[in-house]
Amino acid sequence: MRRRLRQPRRLTPLTAEAWSKNPMDTKTAFFLLFSLVLLYAALRVVTARNPVHAVLHLMLAFSQAAAIWLLLKAEFLAITLVLVYLGAVMVLFLFVVMMLDIKIDQLRHGFWRHFPVAAMLGVVVVLEMAAVLLSGFRLSEAPVPALPIGVEVEVSNTKELGKLLYTQYVYPIQVAASILLVAMIAAIALTLRQRKDSKAIDPGLQVRVRAADRLRVVQVEPVTPSPPAQPQEGKP
Amino acid sequence: MTLTLGHYLTLGAMLFAIAVVGIFLNRKNLIVLLMAIELMLLAVNMNFVAFSHFLGDMHGQVFVFFILTVAAAESAIGLAILVILFRNRSNINVDELDSLQG
Repeated sequence: MRRRLRQPRRLTPLTAEAWSKNPMDTKTAFFLLFSLVLLYAALRVVTARNPVHAVLHLMLAFSQAAAIWLLLKAEFLAITLVLVYLGAVMVLFLFVVMMLDIKIDQLRHGFWRHFPVAAMLGVVVVLEMAAVLLSGFRLSEAPVPALPIGVEVEVSNTKELGKLLYTQYVYPIQVAASILLVAMIAAIALTLRQRKDSKAIDPGLQVRVRAADRLRVVQVEPVTPSPPAQPQEGKP
Repeated sequence: MTLTLGHYLTLGAMLFAIAVVGIFLNRKNLIVLLMAIELMLLAVNMNFVAFSHFLGDMHGQVFVFFILTVAAAESAIGLAILVILFRNRSNINVDELDSLQG
């Protein structure tokens, strides 16, 4: 909670200052907007009471991250994040959360007891990383390769990524594809459950069946038919 | 104020710290633990994309691509394990997962 209150106070003056100094710098403003929403959503993910709300906030966080990646000119990855993560993985999370009948109160037991330690740990991590990062990384723009005047190159992030993926990284991408296949088979195999009252027959067993399994030859003693009973004459 | 590499890296660091705090806070809730791990991976990916942009090197984005692949596989298998865990024990409390007596 402490961090959520502190965050806007640190970042809002930066926006105001950025707008007063350079009103055209919309990129910075968008970065601050997206990162504020991203941090808020991430905080709600870990503190939300209802797991469904946590998943929905995680979706918000991923969409904001995709927007920030668009600012970084990584269009393909941003769209992949939206399609794969928001479209597939988060929906999977949502289905699982909705299917499970979770008793929230039992799981939230001890939540606020751990909070001081956790908050302290988080603040320490942020301070350490920010001290290193803000002092050492002052790169402000991407280096632009020098081009002769009058030459225009069409640069497409997707095209460049595809060239790299299918030439230099062709074996790793095969490995990644097999990892996905293995994950799919594993997820299905783990959760597959046959009905107990199912009357389905294993086709393999059916093919392998022999005549001896189906037909039983029984040796039966021959029985001589008894002579038909003679009609008795003494009876009326 | 122009954006520097440090801004993006600090954002990644904050995201990572929130995820660490989340793992601490929700030690009993397995599904929120999985979500916190997703947040951590997002923070790492953010750093990779930022470095890739500011250093002008596409290999960082290729790496993010592979991380996304592995993270998708991981969450699919993790959720499958979670479902069968819930089916067998009817709760997902991490503290009660002591059948192995480890």
